[in-house]
Amino acid sequence: MSVIDGQVTPGPGGLCQKGWTAGELLRHPGRLTTPLLHGSPVSWDEALDFVASRITSYEPDEVAVFGGGGLTNEKAYALGKFARVALKTSQIDYNGRFCMSSAAAAGNKAFGLDRGLPFPLTDLRGADTVLLAGSNPAETMPPFLRHLEGARLIVIDPRRTPTAERATLHLQPAPGTDLALALGLLHTAVIEGVIDKEYISSRTSGFDDAWRVAAAWWPEQVERVTGVSAADQRAAVHMLAGRSYVLTGRGTEQHASGTDNVSAWINLALALGLPGRAGSGYGCLTGQGNGQGGREHGQKADQLPGYRKIDDPVARQHIMDVWGVSSLPGPGRSAYELLVADDIKAMLVFGSNPVVSAPRASGVVDRFKALDLLVVADFVMSETAAMADVVFPVTQWAEEDGTMTNLEGRIIRRRKALDPPDGVRSDLELLQGLASRLGVGEKFPVRPVEVFEELRRASAGGLSDYSGITYERLESEQLHWPVPSVDHPGTPRLFLDEFAHPDGLARFIAVDHRGPAEPPDEEFPLQATTGRVLQHYQSGAQTRRIDELLKAVPEMYVEVHPDTAARSGLAPGEPAHVVSRRGTVTAVVRCVPTMRADAVFLPFHFPGDGRANLLTNPALDPTSRMPEFKVCAVRLERA
Amino acid sequence: MRRVVIVGYGMAGARLADELRRRDTGISITVVGAEPHAAYNRVLLSTVVAGTMTPESTRLHDEKWAAEHDIDLHLGCEVREVDRASRTVVLGSGESVPYDALVLATGSVPWVPPAEGLLEDGELAPGVVAFRTLDDCARIEAKAQKGMPVAVLGGGLLGIEAARGLAGRGCLVTVVHPVGHLMERQLDPGAGSVLARTLGKLGIEFRLNALAAKYLPGDGLVLDDGSHVPAELVVVSAGVRAETSLAVAAGLTVDRGIVVDDALRTNDPRIHAIGDCAQHPGTVSGLVQPAWDQAAVLADRLTGVNPAARYSGTSVVTRLKARDVDLAALGDVHTDVDCPDSEVLCFQEPSRGRYAKLVLRDDRVTGAIVLGAPDAAATITQLYDRGIPAPTDRLALLLGRALPAEAASPADLPSSAVICRCNTVSKGQIVSAWRAGAESLPQLAEATRATTGCGGCKDAVCGLLDWLGASQPASA
Repeated sequence: MSVIDGQVTPGPGGLCQKGWTAGELLRHPGRLTTPLLHGSPVSWDEALDFVASRITSYEPDEVAVFGGGGLTNEKAYALGKFARVALKTSQIDYNGRFCMSSAAAAGNKAFGLDRGLPFPLTDLRGADTVLLAGSNPAETMPPFLRHLEGARLIVIDPRRTPTAERATLHLQPAPGTDLALALGLLHTAVIEGVIDKEYISSRTSGFDDAWRVAAAWWPEQVERVTGVSAADQRAAVHMLAGRSYVLTGRGTEQHASGTDNVSAWINLALALGLPGRAGSGYGCLTGQGNGQGGREHGQKADQLPGYRKIDDPVARQHIMDVWGVSSLPGPGRSAYELLVADDIKAMLVFGSNPVVSAPRASGVVDRFKALDLLVVADFVMSETAAMADVVFPVTQWAEEDGTMTNLEGRIIRRRKALDPPDGVRSDLELLQGLASRLGVGEKFPVRPVEVFEELRRASAGGLSDYSGITYERLESEQLHWPVPSVDHPGTPRLFLDEFAHPDGLARFIAVDHRGPAEPPDEEFPLQATTGRVLQHYQSGAQTRRIDELLKAVPEMYVEVHPDTAARSGLAPGEPAHVVSRRGTVTAVVRCVPTMRADAVFLPFHFPGDGRANLLTNPALDPTSRMPEFKVCAVRLERA
Repeated sequence: MRRVVIVGYGMAGARLADELRRRDTGISITVVGAEPHAAYNRVLLSTVVAGTMTPESTRLHDEKWAAEHDIDLHLGCEVREVDRASRTVVLGSGESVPYDALVLATGSVPWVPPAEGLLEDGELAPGVVAFRTLDDCARIEAKAQKGMPVAVLGGGLLGIEAARGLAGRGCLVTVVHPVGHLMERQLDPGAGSVLARTLGKLGIEFRLNALAAKYLPGDGLVLDDGSHVPAELVVVSAGVRAETSLAVAAGLTVDRGIVVDDALRTNDPRIHAIGDCAQHPGTVSGLVQPAWDQAAVLADRLTGVNPAARYSGTSVVTRLKARDVDLAALGDVHTDVDCPDSEVLCFQEPSRGRYAKLVLRDDRVTGAIVLGAPDAAATITQLYDRGIPAPTDRLALLLGRALPAEAASPADLPSSAVICRCNTVSKGQIVSAWRAGAESLPQLAEATRATTGCGGCKDAVCGLLDWLGASQPASA
């Protein structure tokens, strides 16, 4: 899309209301245009001096950095380097941990490489059937649905979402039972004879071990646990045999068993012979603007640029050579662990609003209050910025150059269309300003193209190799990584000949169902699930400032089955308290007859006592460290 | 090191070994199995008979399992006796295995009706096969041919699954059942009759209220009323009895099965029993879920992970696994529709194979039979298992998935109805834009942004355009 005088013109793919109105934030009266020190406007130099002098008084690992999946590749890369070279801290992670980490971990296990879609998005137009596990693109990214117009949809979601309404088959499992359903579909595929035995033997390993787990999940057993009928399970696997895609979203990923959930979906796709072939496959639908690129270049605690592992000596040496340093910190802690770590004294937050978006948010607020120093870079006064000792006003999308990497691993150029308001600087300038005060300013260029040139060298030879990409090539070419040289055409379709493991095979991972970390009980008999609405983005810090969006969805609400509301003495439109072991949310009751009677839904875009994340359970996935956002035990009361 | 010996390597014994090892890598585990091969999933045997799954796919463990999990596994091995005084188990080979805790998971054996000729020297006669083990399935598979007459003795759950599998293979199946309706433990007469009708359409014949009197090899069965059922193969599925001989010989308390308490202990506190051989007041035998629940409780206790773990019973949901027949039965189904203490709903449509009965008390589902309505079965089972109050619309619950609502005519929609969800555009806004001159789809999109997101509302907007054009001239 393009911007003229703050007016948005869409590209060929279409836009939803968020896109149409995105221009309003550029000149929004709530836009931050001056640094703030303890709430008072100060000059950039004063704010930078203050932060730099405070940082130098701590041990390196007492200073933490929290990044965001909306940052450009250049910013994400520079932020990881800034943490490790300027701050010398191992303590960096980002909000993508709350988003993509389970799918990334499962993709790496199965295929040896994680790229959201290992095929071009447009391939979906040729699909017979697309299975969406825990994804609601009709609300979260409506233009995407245009790619699914020709396909039969199987939607797996405990709620009857707008996406589910368009499905040929909607499977409605009880919250937190996705893994059992995926095991059941694998079992059913075997019984119904639709698995691809030739593919399983020639292109995969580990089927027997995965089957031995799935063998205990015959369709009727799965029905009892999930509530999805055996007949629907059979219908689903017959629809999937053919040119089909299995796609996962946050609904199945944001669990304490999120990685295993995704592994189970990948196992199903592998048994059907879908991945690594033109016309079918497995993929994960990215949640944030740069959800893919943001997870490749070093914002993650365990990672270095080029999707390298930070504990790999060869990777470390390569990055040390590019950065011109003789040492690097090791792996740090994951997002939630970092946000609540009591040995952290200073926290620098970029492009994220964890006071609203982190699980058990009240604990994060308490921890932030106890910090010596909280620094936030943002373009509006988010709830996290409002708590900060120092706030830096930074540029937003139409005011900066850079690149993003979309869900299909395609690198997209972002072009500056407007000058930022006076007083606003880019994140790269902010990092440079701090780095120079910490004595390493020369290592932090402020021009995006220079950062990208360095990112190319840093990523060279890594899994996500950008070394063959230049800003010039992006003017005219569609490039999917890896692009290992400037004459390489890019890699739109991965795995066609072999998967990225050394033996070239994809791996079945034997995983079993364990259920939600917090099952319902007498005190908390309902299950709460959280998600997005169309009009808002993430913590809502941006979209709640746009009148048109706020008017459409103005206040926190909770979706409840009418019977459940009536049993709690609540009528539609009345305020209710939703209570979990961790907190209480105030929300207006919306009666939705298609809800399960034992489940409620809360959108997570609202602040204060409307924060859905006051309720959520910070139980973490053992591999991805993803918190269990999607299911926790609650009760409903009159407010 | 604590030594646990498990006698029996079926679904219960295998599960217990897995559960123990998962909790504790330190204890010594010995498993003694009578069959010569690795444990398999008995629940899947009906799919083997139906030919949709291979015997190999039903294995619970592969041959590496014992070594990888440090289990002392004895296959094809009888247990000669249990010596409670010295706390040893004596194997068929004469080897003695000492135990600190002994678990009997010896399962059950088929009960053979007392018809003349079914047994020869205590063994099943040629042409007669039980339906209990993987070897039984192999025998059935080897014998059953398309067009061959086959009799199934027993119209309970397993008998019907076997009959359906054999009919699917093209056999001419007759089920002989001593009671007046099928699956009388789980179904009321009405449901049994609809089920028989449904199965009849799949080619299965029934002789109800009939006992087999005599087996004539190669010819068939003579029933107690003198009639004749042709059969080249007779499959016996007339129930099971707990395998308790070892327990009886060891002097343990045995009734129908080995009597256990909530700690799954026999009257000897070092000896436990789980699965089909055990008798606990909270459950019925013959199903896998109780065995698995018991294995989890016993593993908690024997490893000390939770010494207070207790087994209080398993609520049973019976689910027939037979292609093209969808049947679930749960709880108390025998309550009459006129019963004053309960709310009972009943719906039947025999011609389409549908029968549904729902028993509620205090808004909770206490029993149900759902035949031919898979979606309702799944929902009702969830309500029953989770103790969720039933929806106030009982009829919708009984009938299952509601039909999609009729597409509303644009004229009937309220002005506030959102047409384009992506851009929150209401019918009212579209009507206003049309009145202001946006009379084509592109003009409406330009004026309101409707259809510019996912594109899913295009049909609805076109419908509105047609309606506006037909009903209200633009000039009006």
